[in-house]
Amino acid sequence: MSDGKEIILRHIREALRENPAPHPHSSHPHAPQGGGSSEHPQREWLPKVGETLGEQIALFASQSEALKTEFHRCATQQAAREVFSRLAAEGGWKKVATHSTPDTLALLEGCAPSILKTDNGYQIDDLESCDAGVTGCECLVAQTGGIMISAPSAGGRALSVLPPHHIVIARTSQMRPDLTAAFELIQQRYGANGFPSFLSFITGPSRTGDIERILVLGAHGPKRLTVILLEN
Amino acid sequence: MTSIVAEFQRLARRYTADRQHRAFIQKGLSGYYQKRDAAKASFQSWEDARDLAAQTKYDAVNHLDQYLMEFTEKIEARGAKVFWASSAKEARDFILRVARENGVRSIIKSKTMTSEEIHLNDALEKEGYGVIESDLGEYIVQLRKEPPYHLVFPAMHLTRAQISELFQKELGSSPTDDPEELTMIARRAMRRKYCEADMGISGANFAVAETGMISITENEGNARLTTSLPRIHVALVGIEKVLPKLENLALFLPMLATAGAGQQMTCYNTMYGGPRQPDEIDGPEQMHIVLLDNRRTELLADAQQRDTLGCIRCGACLNVCPIFKNIGGYSYGTTYQGPIGSVITPHLRGLQEWKHLSSASSLCGACTEACPVKIDLHHHLLQNRRNAARMKAVPAEKISFLAFAWLMSHPPIYRMAVALGRIFEPLHRLVNGTALDPMRAWTKTRALPKLAPDSFHQQWKKHRGGKPS
Repeated sequence: MSDGKEIILRHIREALRENPAPHPHSSHPHAPQGGGSSEHPQREWLPKVGETLGEQIALFASQSEALKTEFHRCATQQAAREVFSRLAAEGGWKKVATHSTPDTLALLEGCAPSILKTDNGYQIDDLESCDAGVTGCECLVAQTGGIMISAPSAGGRALSVLPPHHIVIARTSQMRPDLTAAFELIQQRYGANGFPSFLSFITGPSRTGDIERILVLGAHGPKRLTVILLEN
Repeated sequence: MTSIVAEFQRLARRYTADRQHRAFIQKGLSGYYQKRDAAKASFQSWEDARDLAAQTKYDAVNHLDQYLMEFTEKIEARGAKVFWASSAKEARDFILRVARENGVRSIIKSKTMTSEEIHLNDALEKEGYGVIESDLGEYIVQLRKEPPYHLVFPAMHLTRAQISELFQKELGSSPTDDPEELTMIARRAMRRKYCEADMGISGANFAVAETGMISITENEGNARLTTSLPRIHVALVGIEKVLPKLENLALFLPMLATAGAGQQMTCYNTMYGGPRQPDEIDGPEQMHIVLLDNRRTELLADAQQRDTLGCIRCGACLNVCPIFKNIGGYSYGTTYQGPIGSVITPHLRGLQEWKHLSSASSLCGACTEACPVKIDLHHHLLQNRRNAARMKAVPAEKISFLAFAWLMSHPPIYRMAVALGRIFEPLHRLVNGTALDPMRAWTKTRALPKLAPDSFHQQWKKHRGGKPS
């Protein structure tokens, strides 16, 4: 089948022959192509974030509460394991899925439910039958109360979305102030050698308002999202 | 009058008269206003953010060829295939071919208005493919065999009782009026479909040139499942969706969330740059991007209205539009409802057939004020009116204006006409608004303004005569 690439590009170039008038309704000093004064102009206008780690963790906690994300700060691995065991016991979990990182493995050490590891692939039905998915992440975003994951940092695409409860384990060193910083991190980490095919900001448990605009959690993704933040 | 106009008028009249419907839509939107204002207030400056967003999108659109090539090159280097479709038919045919060549049996879709624009589901179903819409609102309207009512809230016109009834009939579920239970019924119905589908079709909210990624915004997780489990991912992307840099998303994701649903950030914002890579454990084997023109380049060629291609389909202009709130989403008869639909549909589907939408506006400007990328919507509606009149003037309108101009430039005749008006005014009151009224088109829904007892001229003479200045 012939592709319309050349035709469409020709149409675009013909259309753009008429010089662009300045934007009819906007006159911003930081025009993107005009060499704006600030390196990240959006930072000046987006929601403000405190500079210290303490402020950022406090903001992340309050955003989590608003989003109905369950947020736990744990000083030790032992404390994190206790949080996990309590969740597993309350939910009567039989099987949980995870991928192998030092922190995920430490969290699941000696846990009661059986464990499915996705490191070398998995059967979809097997993953679907798990009670929870435990993953790491790229970073946390204080500004939005979100978690940034990628295929390598979260055991693939499906582990964090198919089971009904998603548990994220993160370190305080992974806290980033805002979305801009999260993108900077991704560029630094992967820009040279190729990005993962999948990057996602998760901001709260799955939700919908499609029935009478009333909020319901757990539309298709996880009904519950738990973030466990370990001290470095 | 064409049948499109007649149908528009029929539906608009029906929905406007339906007070219950109007109240229901208003109630649905009232929660949105509150959340939107709170999310806006969290910005250091929403107005400056709008300016920056408008500039960024405008820059992208003004270098569209360059950014589309960069996007294509980057994402193809990572194993995705990009197909450039000039028309809706080319896009449909390509997707059908991918399905056929790969022996696809079942297809799952996440929400994409662009697929509504090209009537993709009809084409797939005609060829025997089962297609399931996975977004809850889309799934509900699909079961009802209706198009989306609103481009962001597809089923906002339905009550929980109607949805419960629908699920009982179509899914055999027990009756319930609990939105949570209804959502869980759909969740359970959909789970098997995700696991079994071999093709997932999505749209895209943005296409990032710098890194060759598409970005999809959603709350439910259905798009993530649609793009994770099936072995083929097809993304249908309008050519205007490009953003120059990855970092631009740091601005656009919160703005889309705020304007679209009154959230600071939508639940899932996912960037896909290719199919499963060699070192990854899951994801589709194939990723196809369909870049759709479908007359967008004609809109691009209109330098005056080029900024409309900056639209991020947030739906904010619908939510504040007094026309939308009265006539509802179905009266428009278009894929894109509300002010933005009224502006772009005449470009995408023909000015003469769709010019009536430009008049379905109070020109109040609420849409322009709500737009996160500062599209000058109400002025574009005026421009469409002017362009339609230039292209093909309505004879009756033309004659009326000629007559009016002649009358206004001949004072003695004007005075005579006013005098005649005074004579006929009391007689008109007898037939006002009835079938006998020659001015019924105006008077059946509006009061006729009263002629002043004395004209300005007469008053001037009288008062100035008494008190010379």
